[in-house]
Amino acid sequence: MDELIRLTAADTAAKIATGEVSAVEVAQAHLDRIDAVDGALHAFLHVDADGAIAAAKAVDAKRAAGEALSPLAGVPLAMKDVVVTKDLPTTCGSKILQGWRPPYDATITRRIKDAGVVMLGKTNMDEFAMGSSTENSAYGPTHNPWDLSRIPGGSSGGSSAAVAGFEAPLAIGTDTGGSIRQPAAVTGIVGHKPTYGAVSRYGLIAFSSSLDQAGPFGRTVLDTALLHEVIAGHDPCDSTSIPQPVAPVVAAAREGARSDLSGVRVGVVRELSGPGYQSGVLASFDAAVQTLRSLGAEVVEVSCPHFEYALAAYYLIAPSECSSNLARFDAVRYGLRVGDDGVNSLEDVMSLTREAGFGPEVKRRIIIGTYALSSGYYDAYYGQAQKVRTLIVRDFTAAFEQADVLVSPTSPFVAFGIGERVADPMAMYVNDLCTLPASLAGTPAISVPCGLSEGLPVGLQIMAPALADDRCYRVAAAFEAAVPALTPPELS
Amino acid sequence: MTLTYADVTSRYEPVFGLETHVELGTVSKMFCGCSTEFGAAPNTHTCPVCLGLPGALPVVNEVAIESTIKIGLALNCSIAPWCRFARKNYFYPDMPKNFQTSQYDEPLCVDGYVDVEVQGQTFRVGIERVHMEEDTGKNTHVGGATGRIHGADYSLVDFNRAGIPLIEIVTKPVPGTGELAPEVAKAYVTELRDILRTLGVSDVRMEQGSLRCDVNTSLNKPGEPMGTRTETKNVNSLRSVERAVRSEMLRQAGLLDAGTRIFQETRHFNESTGDTRPGRSKEEATDYRYFPEPDLVPVEADPDWVEQVRAALPELPAARRARLRESLGVSAEDMQQLSNAGVVELVGQTVEAGAPIGEARNWWLGYLAQKANEREVDAADLGVTPAHVARLVELVADGTLSVALARQAVDGVLDTGSDVDTVVAERGLKRVSDTGSLEAAADEAIAANPDVAEKVRGGKLPAVGALVGAVMKATRGQADAAAVKAILLEKLNGGPPGGGGVAAGGVGA
Repeated sequence: MDELIRLTAADTAAKIATGEVSAVEVAQAHLDRIDAVDGALHAFLHVDADGAIAAAKAVDAKRAAGEALSPLAGVPLAMKDVVVTKDLPTTCGSKILQGWRPPYDATITRRIKDAGVVMLGKTNMDEFAMGSSTENSAYGPTHNPWDLSRIPGGSSGGSSAAVAGFEAPLAIGTDTGGSIRQPAAVTGIVGHKPTYGAVSRYGLIAFSSSLDQAGPFGRTVLDTALLHEVIAGHDPCDSTSIPQPVAPVVAAAREGARSDLSGVRVGVVRELSGPGYQSGVLASFDAAVQTLRSLGAEVVEVSCPHFEYALAAYYLIAPSECSSNLARFDAVRYGLRVGDDGVNSLEDVMSLTREAGFGPEVKRRIIIGTYALSSGYYDAYYGQAQKVRTLIVRDFTAAFEQADVLVSPTSPFVAFGIGERVADPMAMYVNDLCTLPASLAGTPAISVPCGLSEGLPVGLQIMAPALADDRCYRVAAAFEAAVPALTPPELS
Repeated sequence: MTLTYADVTSRYEPVFGLETHVELGTVSKMFCGCSTEFGAAPNTHTCPVCLGLPGALPVVNEVAIESTIKIGLALNCSIAPWCRFARKNYFYPDMPKNFQTSQYDEPLCVDGYVDVEVQGQTFRVGIERVHMEEDTGKNTHVGGATGRIHGADYSLVDFNRAGIPLIEIVTKPVPGTGELAPEVAKAYVTELRDILRTLGVSDVRMEQGSLRCDVNTSLNKPGEPMGTRTETKNVNSLRSVERAVRSEMLRQAGLLDAGTRIFQETRHFNESTGDTRPGRSKEEATDYRYFPEPDLVPVEADPDWVEQVRAALPELPAARRARLRESLGVSAEDMQQLSNAGVVELVGQTVEAGAPIGEARNWWLGYLAQKANEREVDAADLGVTPAHVARLVELVADGTLSVALARQAVDGVLDTGSDVDTVVAERGLKRVSDTGSLEAAADEAIAANPDVAEKVRGGKLPAVGALVGAVMKATRGQADAAAVKAILLEKLNGGPPGGGGVAAGGVGA
């Protein structure tokens, strides 16, 4: 049933709702696809075939009983392994959590289950979501469906590869500095980082609490919006969750797909292009801006002078918070324990466990963060980074006085080769150059495919003010309707 | 030559400060909905949040915020319109997240004071801050002789206590108390305890650790700046607060006299000796790497709401004492005595429950004070309530109990936890004054002690005491001793000589 895996989520849901296909058939088609291609992609860390079929059967039974189905009922989904799932392995891509089965569901897990969305399994990721290539996974890298020798982006690379590789029409990612948008861009799909606080963080294994944000992946803007509506909304279990209604993103996606962009002011951020960006990426981006103009948008150039400090600020704030968040992995209550031989001291067991359980990137960031928070350095590093963050928020505020949305390339590069940048952390960190400002400001941003460079996908990033997630979807949908769809080469 | 306390206070000026931790009496924990009930089976009151499981997030308990605001207001503090939690990072196996969510540089309540009276003088203890935090779990080290981690075979962790709301009340340094420093420190904690109890925000049981103090003490020579302080941790009785200050003053003065400098350090109080011993040195203190807790939004207490809380505060102990003194007509001296014994509230409540002030005072300063002393608890924690005492007074007044029986009833309340009427009924404590049974008992006593009876008949009247004792024993103390004596004398001599002499012993209503 090859055509079933190529349907959009919206079409799949419609066919299930009318009874044209069963949810079980849809789930099975995707499980078969995973069997066929995941050996090459390695998008999944754990496939829950039994659970998926059971969830699909429940949807079919509900339909047979004449009960109303929610909009994505029966549609398969790939879940990033950073999100806790009751009784299902949740490792966060780390050895330190190998074999851990949480006793509870994350709020988004529960919402997905309640909506009848069929969870196929848990996807690969950079360990504790630290990375831009999914090469930091303790379980080996994920491969880009466009070119198996290349990275699928990160840290949600397993999720983006699963969607791009037709293993699932939908996936959940998390974005701390760009980890939804950059993998979406380099695998040629759509990924949205919602406004900070729009989607509950309860049950997301924390990397950097003030930046972490779960969000949806889809192959179309509408699919992405449909999943956004399932997972978003206030959660009393998350103090930072916004107590406001969800922005009407599905309506915005439908509206965008059938209208032009007259009256919309699009700001091109001067600081997010130029030297350091691949020429093919810039060419594709320029063409995208032309398309927006041709759709009737008014294009202006805006300047955000503090964006150049976003990278430095991010690489102080995120490691600082991670050094504290990851302190709980201490071999006392769950996960790996090394050296507990009755001779080693408690400190030794903690130290041996962390040495064995954390990979080099995680250790690097814990050490940077511990240093940045230590007394005497706090003001110079963490405190200063928070000030920069405030300036970036002000840049956005000023820019949004001139434009309804801001645009930039999503990533300065197309997917690079696996192993190419592993030895150079700084070369790796600049992957997030374009995505970091919206992360630091907590504002929403979407990446939508805008063409190819060297045969590989390029993403267009569309940013909106806080809580105006619907604007991202509206502009992205209009753009999507105006450009040819990208389809990755067939996997052998 | 031994240093006396008078030597110390003649040469040095003490400064003390207290950090008091109070477990709030909320139904649920600080950041999750788990129960705070004391004494449950280990790890039964836990959830992903208080276990710090990956992914779990805290949410602030609003009742704990309200309780803390009440405390701040009662301590004359300003309530911050905006405050935040911070993370205090350190590693310990009983701390689920390896950081404690606490308040650091942005506490909820700041800059207040408490006035306390010692020996007719009023001292103002400045309050630096009142802030919220969460308790940790509890480790039990099994095997090994000492119960400490060293030498233990294994350790067990109970997280029931992890996440219980704690508030910390920090005083400013208190100078100028001179030789009264230990008493002022104790009076402050006593006043604090009474305030917290009046507010109903904590059960303030020092022996269960729901109120515990760290005591900072320093000495300086007159006119010189404050000396280096030491911090005595986890002092958990009122008496120990006083002893801890006094013993640190003596210890530090000894060192200063010898020309040795005082190290800033943590010390532990030994309840049995009253001494302190060194703990970890502050000079190698952990760097806690505080930073604002990103998982919690700041607390913004609406000023209107704070005013509502203020308006609804109960009458606080100081005001209540003034009112009681006024309404009870107690002398300043009496009030001081009641205050020193920590029973002002108890006496007031006993009077409110219907007892005359004199009786209430006598019970709390007399037999109950004695019992509290024997049991080494504060009178308020004795287990005998003002309502119990009022009932006892009533029963004595109506002749149901003698004072001796009333004391037995107190013992019964202490032993069983039952109320007075139950104890009286169960133990059959009612006074026996029915003449028939007393006469029979008197006859038995005379028959059993013919030689004593003969002495009395022969005019040695004091010998009747032995017969009275025999009757009292036979009636298990429930007879009215005066009546018994009268009956015995009548039987042996045809009536009490001179119509008097029966009132000896002072027993009776």
